[in-house]
Amino acid sequence: MNHKPLVSSDVRGAVLAAWPICLGYFPVGLALGVLAGQAGIPWWAMSLMSILVFAGSAQFICVAMMTAGSSLVAIIGTTFIVNLRHVLMSSALAVYFHGVRRSFLALFSYGITDESFAVNMARFRAGKWTGFQALIVNHLANCVWISATVSGVLAGQFVPADAYGIDYALIGMFICLLVYQFHNRLHVITAIIAAVSAVLWAKFIPGDSYIVGAAVCAATCGYLLHNKCLKNR
Amino acid sequence: MSVNDYLFLFIGMGLVTYLPRAIPLLYLSHKKMPQGLIDWLGFVPVAVLSALLAPILFIDTASATVTFGKLEFLVAIPTLIFAVKTRSLGGTVLVGMFLYWLAGTFL
Repeated sequence: MNHKPLVSSDVRGAVLAAWPICLGYFPVGLALGVLAGQAGIPWWAMSLMSILVFAGSAQFICVAMMTAGSSLVAIIGTTFIVNLRHVLMSSALAVYFHGVRRSFLALFSYGITDESFAVNMARFRAGKWTGFQALIVNHLANCVWISATVSGVLAGQFVPADAYGIDYALIGMFICLLVYQFHNRLHVITAIIAAVSAVLWAKFIPGDSYIVGAAVCAATCGYLLHNKCLKNR
Repeated sequence: MSVNDYLFLFIGMGLVTYLPRAIPLLYLSHKKMPQGLIDWLGFVPVAVLSALLAPILFIDTASATVTFGKLEFLVAIPTLIFAVKTRSLGGTVLVGMFLYWLAGTFL
């Protein structure tokens, strides 16, 4: 990885790369804040959560589980399962951070989300992207996320329970992030296998095991099909 | 919930979020992975996101049955088309929210 010191054009490039993420995070963070406010979570707890956790989908699930009266240990366990996917993103990023000092990586990995991962990987593949620029993308997105979620809690008392389709913010985010993963036909087939197996798994086996269960089944099917295609070529 | 409950919950969630993000990068940035593992990892993001999304769209939580008639699914079709055409994260979120609000108001 290129580790030269930052110049102002690098900073501008990083801000330009980060702004679509910030634009996406703002309504989602606001929606999360509104839902959290309705669930009785105070603004200071929301800011603490966004600083310590910084994981959109896990935070939505946490609010939903708190509303449903789940135990704290169950919420932490579900967070772990939902965020296990970041193991894979962290592994994929390692290719571009070969031999970089661990203190930098410890600070960088805090900001690995589905969105920053997608943007940074695309830039690294295209070349001329530095570790400091990737770090700026992660932490700008984090700042916007914290402000949006806290604003949502503070503004939430003026917003009725199901207003403006905020319940759909997370679903909309997942739909677009899924589209980002469609690199070729095999990825679309893998998505369909994952969808069918997750629906069946969720219907017949109680709990949240369907996420990792169906994902591992579908990824293995995709991998086997990929190997078969290579052999037939 | 008390302040201590919130602290316990968020520190716990923070740890199980941070460690999966940090450990592979800290470890693998100084190692070489076998190609088979890298190829398999390539299929995991699409599989995880689809597995997260599909039950929300197709399982009716009240009756625990599989259905193609949920409002979430009907709104997902134009939202998906918008995402494929524009690849805009912010735009997709706003379009999905607007269509869901519209459908909930008029259907």
